Amino acid sequence: MLGELAFSLAGGAVAALVGPSGCGKTTLLRIIAGLDPDFDGSVALPAHGTLGMVFQEPRLLPWRTVEQNVRLAAPQASDASVDALFRTLGLAAHRDHYPGELSLGLARRVALARAFAVEPDLLLLDEPFVSLDAALAGRLRDELAELVSRRPVTTLLVTHDVDEAIGLADRLLLLSASPARVLAEVPVARPRAARSAEELAAVRAEVARRLKQANL
Amino acid sequence: MGARLVSLVLLLAAWYVGSQVAGERLLPEPQAVAAAIVHEARSGALAFNLGATLARVAVAFAIAMALGSVIGLIMGRSRLADRLGDPWLIVLLNLPALVIIVLAYIWAGLTETAAIAAVALNKLPIATVTVREGARSLDRSLDDMAQVFRMGPWTRLRHVILPQLAPYLAAAARSGLSLVWKIVLIVELLGRPNGVGFEIGVAFQLFDVTRILAYALAFIAVMLAIETFLVQPLERHVARWRPKPA
Repeated sequence: MLGELAFSLAGGAVAALVGPSGCGKTTLLRIIAGLDPDFDGSVALPAHGTLGMVFQEPRLLPWRTVEQNVRLAAPQASDASVDALFRTLGLAAHRDHYPGELSLGLARRVALARAFAVEPDLLLLDEPFVSLDAALAGRLRDELAELVSRRPVTTLLVTHDVDEAIGLADRLLLLSASPARVLAEVPVARPRAARSAEELAAVRAEVARRLKQANL
Repeated sequence: MGARLVSLVLLLAAWYVGSQVAGERLLPEPQAVAAAIVHEARSGALAFNLGATLARVAVAFAIAMALGSVIGLIMGRSRLADRLGDPWLIVLLNLPALVIIVLAYIWAGLTETAAIAAVALNKLPIATVTVREGARSLDRSLDDMAQVFRMGPWTRLRHVILPQLAPYLAAAARSGLSLVWKIVLIVELLGRPNGVGFEIGVAFQLFDVTRILAYALAFIAVMLAIETFLVQPLERHVARWRPKPA
């Protein structure tokens, strides 16, 4: 599924893996997360190796409340930090709700809160906004950007959506179709908040050019 | 509720008519059985025998459920354990209850231990099979989530695995309770000096149908109370997170 593939992440930076559907992005994340022990290669995690992960589906425990879901994953999180997360993500009113009572957008926010609550050394995001409508996905993306800039965390975002990657990442890694390898690296130099529409358009054009070069 | 009541009244009426046709010796009237229950209750024999039987039911049920859950969970999670344990399960499932009881009494003597072990062994394979079914259908994606977030084994068991097994445990408990109390009566009939089964055995030797029905009805009432006040509230508590049907 995966070809020869090597990359490293700078501490505190956000990298995005962008590639066509079925190129093995999720498999790659599972390998990094230690969920797929059956592969050839090596993964070096940051010192403590605390992982936070947002899966393609929220993957909450339906029989535990929103707050319990977060606290079970992050038992050491302080009340203040959990409160702050819930406030940023607009979950304060839903602490005692069960996941079955939440919309998909809210459930994804809970999954984000859970991943941030563990104060991860490495944050893995697997298409965290897939199957949300564009407006909601955009709002969640902004909230995620705010969380990441408030407490810089080394993040690997996997997506097939170039705009999503440009909106969040400091660096884009373009992957080929399966067997996946890194086609090109596209840096997004400016800090997230200062990016203008023209600069984003320039990056988008650059990505398109690289993909065309590789015949995708 | 109304339909249930009508059905119950119809049952009593049929009983009454039946007793008129068959005669008092074969099928005593409902009020005669009620009088016998009151009489046994006054003498204290009813409470004593019900207590003895209930204690056996409770201990045997607890042992069978605990062991069955652990074995079922292991067999559902590990292919090797499943292959190793499956033939044993099939043997136990197909061994008649009576054979297990008789062998237990021969091997361990007419003791309380033998009686309870025999009952628990009868219930064990069914509990195991039910829980194994639940363990096989555990959600892998939640397992992955628990692993990524480094949840400890106790947290995983309590918050990830057990809630998924709850419906299977409830099914095993419910079918188990009714099975266990029936087998306890046989065990008591064959080798215990007290309990509802023993009393029914004595009444059988005297062909005392009134006494047989008195003890049977009293015991059914107790099991019904346990179902209503213990099992059902517990099920509601366990299912509280499920979205209410509109």
